[in-house]
This record gives sequence, structure tokens and C-alpha cells, in this order.
Amino acid sequence: MRAVLFALGLMLGTITAAAAFEVEEDTAFAATGGAQTAELAVLSTTDTEVLRPVILAYQARNPGIALRYTVANSQQVFAAIADDGAAYDLVISSAMDLQMKLANDGFARPYRSALTDALPKWARWQDLLFAFAQEPVVLIMARAALDGQPPPRTRRELTQLLRDAPDRFMGRIGTYDPETSGAGYLFVTQDARLSDTFWRLAEVMGGLAPQLYDSSAPMIADLQSGRLVLAYNVLGSYAAPRIAGSDALALIELEDHTLTLLRSALVPRNAPAPELGAAFLDFLLGPEGRSLIATEAGLPPINEAALAAQPHLRPIRLDPGLLVYLDALKRRAFLEEWQAALIQP
Amino acid sequence: MRFLMIEDSEDLAQSVAERLRLDGHAVDRAGSLAEAEDCLSAAPYDLILLDLSLPDGDGRGFLTRQRRARRDVPIIVMTARAAVSDRVDVLDLGADDYLTKPFDFAELEARCRAVLRRRGGASETVQRFAGFTFNPLTAQLVVAGEARELRNRELRLLEILLAAPERIFSKAQLCDRLFSYAESVSDNAIEVYIARLRKKLEGSGARIDTVRGIGYRLSAQ
Amino acid sequence: MRPRGAISLRARLVLQLLALAAGLAVLLFVTVRTVAGDAAEETLDGVLGAATLAIADELRGGDEGVTVDLPHEAFSILGSISEDRIFYRVAVADATITGYADLAAPAAWAGAAGPSSPEFFTAPFRDTEVRVAAMQRVVLAQGRPVTVTVLVAQTRSGQAAIASRVANRAAGIGLGVFALAAALSILTAGSVLRPINRLAEAVSRRGPQDLRSVDHPSPAELRPLVLALNGFIARLRAALMRTETFITEAAHHIRTPLATVRARAEIALRRAETDEARETLRAVIRAVEESARSASQLLDHATVVYRSDRLAREPVDLAPLLERLAQSVAPTAELKDVTLQVAGTGAAVRVTGDALLIEAALRNLLDNAVKYSPPETEVSLDLAAAEGAACVTVADRGRGLSGSKQADLTRRFARGANVGDVVGSGLGLTIVEEVAAAHGGWFDLTEREGGGTCAQFYLPLA
Repeated sequence: MRAVLFALGLMLGTITAAAAFEVEEDTAFAATGGAQTAELAVLSTTDTEVLRPVILAYQARNPGIALRYTVANSQQVFAAIADDGAAYDLVISSAMDLQMKLANDGFARPYRSALTDALPKWARWQDLLFAFAQEPVVLIMARAALDGQPPPRTRRELTQLLRDAPDRFMGRIGTYDPETSGAGYLFVTQDARLSDTFWRLAEVMGGLAPQLYDSSAPMIADLQSGRLVLAYNVLGSYAAPRIAGSDALALIELEDHTLTLLRSALVPRNAPAPELGAAFLDFLLGPEGRSLIATEAGLPPINEAALAAQPHLRPIRLDPGLLVYLDALKRRAFLEEWQAALIQP
Repeated sequence: MRFLMIEDSEDLAQSVAERLRLDGHAVDRAGSLAEAEDCLSAAPYDLILLDLSLPDGDGRGFLTRQRRARRDVPIIVMTARAAVSDRVDVLDLGADDYLTKPFDFAELEARCRAVLRRRGGASETVQRFAGFTFNPLTAQLVVAGEARELRNRELRLLEILLAAPERIFSKAQLCDRLFSYAESVSDNAIEVYIARLRKKLEGSGARIDTVRGIGYRLSAQ
Repeated sequence: MRPRGAISLRARLVLQLLALAAGLAVLLFVTVRTVAGDAAEETLDGVLGAATLAIADELRGGDEGVTVDLPHEAFSILGSISEDRIFYRVAVADATITGYADLAAPAAWAGAAGPSSPEFFTAPFRDTEVRVAAMQRVVLAQGRPVTVTVLVAQTRSGQAAIASRVANRAAGIGLGVFALAAALSILTAGSVLRPINRLAEAVSRRGPQDLRSVDHPSPAELRPLVLALNGFIARLRAALMRTETFITEAAHHIRTPLATVRARAEIALRRAETDEARETLRAVIRAVEESARSASQLLDHATVVYRSDRLAREPVDLAPLLERLAQSVAPTAELKDVTLQVAGTGAAVRVTGDALLIEAALRNLLDNAVKYSPPETEVSLDLAAAEGAACVTVADRGRGLSGSKQADLTRRFARGANVGDVVGSGLGLTIVEEVAAAHGGWFDLTEREGGGTCAQFYLPLA
């Protein structure tokens, strides 16, 4: 009887203990140097492999700190903090709008240090939200699909290209599904805001039976396998290492505008060990962190000069404007229009 | 000597005049500058005694006028004024000397003598008796052609005796006239001066007799 | 201990001006802060209001009810003005169409009672305080007019930041104004008070004898003081004149009768027959002499004091002065066969002071010497100059000081122990010392070797 009860309890416990949000990865990095003095819990949308070198370097600097790294998609990350009040010390996400909403709605804890002060104004918001990487959002095409022609330089040219050679591209173009992918929604809403040619492009793409993806990995894989010849609005930093070896794929930054995503971090208000989260944030912003992020993680660190040198790069503004597209009505109206563009009779 | 005293205080003028006459001087009195002018035009004077505050003018004005008119009768100013400045003032204006009232008559006499001596005309005052000549102004005694200097008190003693030869002067009288009233004088003091004078008169045919219990007299041998 | 009211005028003026400046600076600070704060709030409200209007303009009514297409610029602009958190709500009655459902409109606006252009209020929201812009608009939806409430709220950190910046700047201005005022007030104080210093200077530059009225051009506020000063001067002048007159009159009225008495006493003495009568009259004459001398000394002393207060500072050559003095005293000395020996009057010896006072003092010394000398002795009168001082030495072979000290003898009416038989008032040496002191010199009285007294009168050389 006791055993049954025990088993029941264990099951119940496991059920309740299981995260209410969907976790993709959950890795525990044990403290180096033997005795664990503290545990830092990080919730992130970035794959563990990408940040592993950074984490290890941090632990090397701070022996005694164990790190628990949980990965989920951007919507889940948002829900975890806003709805569930999950206990994490640092939240990293590439979904700038959702991060902004967390900060705006009071879920972020203010933090200030010499390193946060050193960030350019556009890379932080109110001592609540801090960007640590700036990543261009690019177009990837199979060179073969270009058929000898030069790659399109603007969206207008892209639209023209797609319209001119539908056979080449039918069913072989891919992009994020804005309904399910937070990043995808962000990219298309910003595109719509910035460019009047966007809806034209959307319609043209819509007529070519596009593949819609929830996340980058399958989309990149399909590109590599050749199933896709074109992927629109892909995170360049994510794609670049994967397509590096091969000459078959070209990474194109469109010149009318290339969105630049700011990958950001915040310390939640209800963090159990906020000072640990802040310390890790400082590490990310510091010289060692920046260098590791650039070389090991393949993410370009915050660099104002680089932006100035390449005027086509448009960093997405880290401001309450991001909240507009999160508005329920606005979102519904946009997605309706998107559906209308994509699904063609 | 013949004095003109210009003084407006009747009491004082009368007293001083009487006192001077005791010593054998002649004194005319003027109570104002106008009267003084009258007197001056009527008779010659040996010396003027001038008071400064007069009913019809300041004595200084008179002084200035006299000197400007070159009338050089010796003037001794006698005044009750207090200021030290008055003395210098007055001497600068032409007065020969200055006495503050009340004055010692012996001092007055000494100053008159000094003034007259300075002015010259000494030769006119020589007196003769027995075998000597005597000039009270120069204090010179000439006996048998020999000039003998007399000290001040010897001089005055001789003057007194000579004013009335053969008359007996008591010690007391002589003391009064030779010594100041403030001095305490020993009994012998007169004898000392008599002895000195006797010595200086040796060979002149005059002698000073001692009249026991009464006094001394000058007589010719 | 300082007398009351002795705070320097300058200090008083400066302190009061500073206090005033401080007050004004504080007032300025408060005013600037308030005015600027209000202006800032108005501006921020304006932007907030514009955002609200922009949202209200996107309200659409239709068959499905009320919808709104949030304009991106509204939030973007709000975000660019300041880094404040933004909340919004679009509602019909109590039903939220979109936005933050807990952002409350004022209860009074339920129904159609709200403003049709943005109105502003501050309210608490969640964990902080927000500035809210609210308005209502009527939209046709499903055929009926529907009142929609639009609220846009913003946290106050932007406003706070402006307020503190303004406050700092205002404080800076205030301090600057205060510093300037302080500097100016010190300058002003100096220049305002200058007439007082000039007046004081003008009066102090006057010589000791100058009793003219003060006629210095002075500002109106100093006139009463100048008038009072002139009143004092006039009264002093009158008092001095009265003193002078008194001294002169006293002299005359004391001395003339004394002269009469003396003359009469001498006459009576000449005619006296008994020793008794003679003694009495001699006593009378002695008494008259003493009175006369006392009166002289008193009057001389009064004159010395009177003149010393306003000491004339003129060049005086002691050589001719001494010569004249010796000549003047000679006849008196001659009566006792006392000879005066004068030395040192060959060259000029110059001092600065009152010639008459100096002569009076020296005459006193010389008269004393002659008075106390035995007959047929010598009194020497010596003039010398050495080490910055002129020295007049009067030496006699009289009775000496017989043990008395100079300090005792120079006290008023003090007479030596050995001069009881000689007529004197005792003021003579007092006068000598006072004259010496008034001129910055001094006076020494010593016994002489071989008997007699040596009096030395020093004056600083010119």
C-alpha cells in the first residue's frame, strides 16, 4: 500500500513538477571546481549548443556556480514568465516584441552596471532590457536557382524574380509561420511596416505554395538538402555556420532594408537569484563574453560602428512600438491579411 | 628818574606812583592814551610804564605809534594779562621790557637800569660824592682815578646811602631794600655788604660809619 | 566688549543684501522648477494626447462591432520621447476591446460622460504611477452609436527625469544669480559707504586748531550728522573762547588788586616804626608774592593745558629762544649777583612744536634755578643736540633735591622738602613735564655733584 501511494505521489509530483510550458531542452551545467555555491537558472530561446562555450567560460571564471539552461520557443518563454511566473534568473530571447512586453508589463527587474551603461541607447531600454547581439535577417538562395543571373538586391527585384520564374520556385520557398513563430511574426510585421513592397512580395510568395516553418532548424535543413531553393527572413547568424562549407547557397542581405534583430536578455522580477542573473548578463556584455559570442557562438555582438558602416542594416527599434503588433486586434487583423495573401484560390 | 605811568586803575596807579616816589623818582600819571599824549608833549621822560588795557585803546597801538614816530623814550610794559604770547608780541612791537603785575619794585628798578644801560646815555647819570664818582647804570665806581666794579648789592647799598648822606639807615631798612621779602636773611648779611663797600670806598674820602644800635651812615671825611 | 549696534555698516549692508539675494535665488529656483515642470508636463501630455488621438482615429465600427488598428507611430513616438512603459485600453462601457484590462477610466465617465478630446490625470497602476490620457469617441457599430473610451498611459520616469534636470539647472541658475548678487552687493556696499569714509577723512585731515564748520558735500542721509557735528564744533569754539576770555579776565582781576596791595604794603613798610609792624608788613608782602605766583602758575598751567590739546606744530629754533629767555631773566638774577652762563646757542637747533609753551616751560626751569641759587653763584644754561633729541640743561648751585625724587616734585603743588622758606606754588615742574610730554619729549631732574640741581629738558629734533 505504501509503495502504491509512494508511486502515486511520485507520479503526481512529477506531473506537477513538470513545467507548465513546453521545454525543448533542459541542461544542467554542474559547477566546476567541486562545491556548488549557487545555481543560476537561465531561460532562453537560443539553442544550448550555440551558447555552450560562453556558459563554460563563465563557469570557468566562477567556479562554484552551477547553471541550469532551459530552452523553449519564444511564445513559451513569454508564457513561462508572464503567465506561469516560472523561477528563472535571466531570460534570453530573440523575440524582441515579447521581451519588450515582459519589460513593459512589469515582469523585468531594473539593473544597472558600468557595462549596461556602456551599451548604445538603441541597444537597451530603461535598464530593464539589454541587447547583447545584433543579427541581420537575411535571404538565403540556392545559387542554382539564380540561373546565372545576379542575386536580387531589393525586395522589388526579388518579387520580379519570383514572378518571372515561378517554376523554379513553386513549392520550394520557405519562411517562418507568423502564427506559430514569434520571430517570424516579428519579422513580417516589421517588414510590412518598413516596406510598401512587402505585401506584393507576400502575394507573389503566396502564389508559389510556400513552406511555413515554426523554427529555423528544419528550414535550414531543407535548404541544405535542396528541398528549398529560397528561404526568406532567416537569421543570418544561425544560417551562416550551417551553410558555410558549401558554395551552393548564397546569403543575401537585401539592400532596401535588412532587418537586424537584437537578441536581448532581462532579469525577471521574481528571479530567485537576481544578482546571479545580472552577473551572467554582465559577462555577456563584457569583453570576454563579446569575444566568445562572436567567435564561438557566431553571433555578432553589439557594435554601433558596424551599423554605421552598413546603412542597409536596420536594427529593429527596442521601444514600445513593438507592443503595437502584439495587440490582439492588430495581430488578428494582420494575420487575416497574411492568410489572404498566402492562400490563393 | 622821571617816569610816566600810563595806567587806568586809579588805586593801583596812585600806589605805584607813591611807592616809586619813596625811592626818589618823579612820577607823572596818565589814565588814558589821550592824557598820555598830553603829558608826552609837555615834558620829557626817562621811562614810560605802559599798561595794555586802557579805556581809550590798546596799549599796543600806542606802542606801535610811538615807535613809528621814532619817539624813543624807553617803554616798559606792565600788564596783568596772562598769555605767554603777549610778552613776545609786545617786545616785537617795540617795548623794551615787560613786567607782570604785581611786580617786585627791586626787579622794576633792575629792569629800568638794564633798559637805560642798553639805551646809552649812561654818562648823564654820574653822581659825585667826596672823592669818588659813581655811575649807577654802569655800576662803576671811580676812586682816585681807579675804576672799581661794584656787585649788584654793593651798588644798590651805595645808591641808598648816597641818596641821603649823613643820614642813618637802620639794618632793618637796609635789609628791606637789599634783599627780597622771601629771603630769610641772617643778621650778618648787611655787615658783609657794608664791609665790602667800605673796602671799595677806601681812598675816596668817603666812609661808612657804624652807629651802634642804630645803623649805618655814609659821610664824607 | 563691543558696544551695541557696532556691527560694521558694510557688513550689515552686505549681509542684508546677501540674505535678500539668497531669498530671491530660492524664489527663482522654485519658480523655474515649477514653471519648467509644468511646461514639461504640458509637452509630455501633448504627445500622450496625440497618441491617444491617433488611436481614436483608427477606431472602426462595423457589422462585427468596434475594432481598432493601432497605429505603430503612436507608440513609437511615445517611446522616443522618453523611456517610459506604455499601457493602453480601448473599451466600450466595461468591456475591453483590446489593451490592458486593468487600466481604469474615471468612474464618472461611464456611459457617454467622458471628454471628446484627451484629458489627463495621474493614477496608480500596477506597481507604479502613470499619467493617463483619456477620451471618448462615438462610433457606429452594428447600426447603433457606440461610445468608445480610449486610454493611453505612460509611467512617469520621463517626466521625473525632466523635472530633475530642470531642478538642477534651476539650482545652477539660482546659485549663479546668488554668486553674482553677492559680488555686486559687496561692491555696492563699498561704494554706498564711501561718502561716509570721505567725510571722516575730510574731518580728520583738519589741523588741531581748525574749528571751522564742516562744509563737505555729503549725501542727504549724512546731513543731520554733519549738522550735529557743526553744532558741536560751534559749541566747542564758544567754550574755548569762553575759557580764553576767562583766563584773561581772571588774570586781570586777580593781579591788579594784588599789585595795589603790594605797592601799599611796601609804602607802609618804609614808614613802619616798630619791629612788629615791620614783620607784619613783610608777611603781607610775602603773602602777596605767593598769591601772585600761584595765580601765575595756575593761569600758566591752564594755558598749557588749553594749548596742548590743540598743539601747534611749527618749526621752533631753540637757540634764539634760549638767548631771549636768558636776556629776559638776567635782571632778576642780577639782583642776587647770580650770573647766567649760556652755551650752545651758536648753531640752530630745530624742533617742532609750540614755541610759547616751550618758552613757558624753560622760563619755569630758569626762574627756579635763579630762585634757589645762593647769591653770587652761577646758573648755566646749555643747549645741545644728540641722537635725534634737543637737550636744554639748566644747572644751579642751589640746595639740590635733598632726597626728593623727580616724580614727587612734579606732582601738582608738590614742593621739595628743603624749600619751605622760599616762595613757590609747586606747579612749575608740573608745567615743565606736561609741556615735554605734549611735545613727545621728556624731562629729567637730578642732583648735581658738588651740590645743586641739574634739570634736563628733551625735545625730539625736527
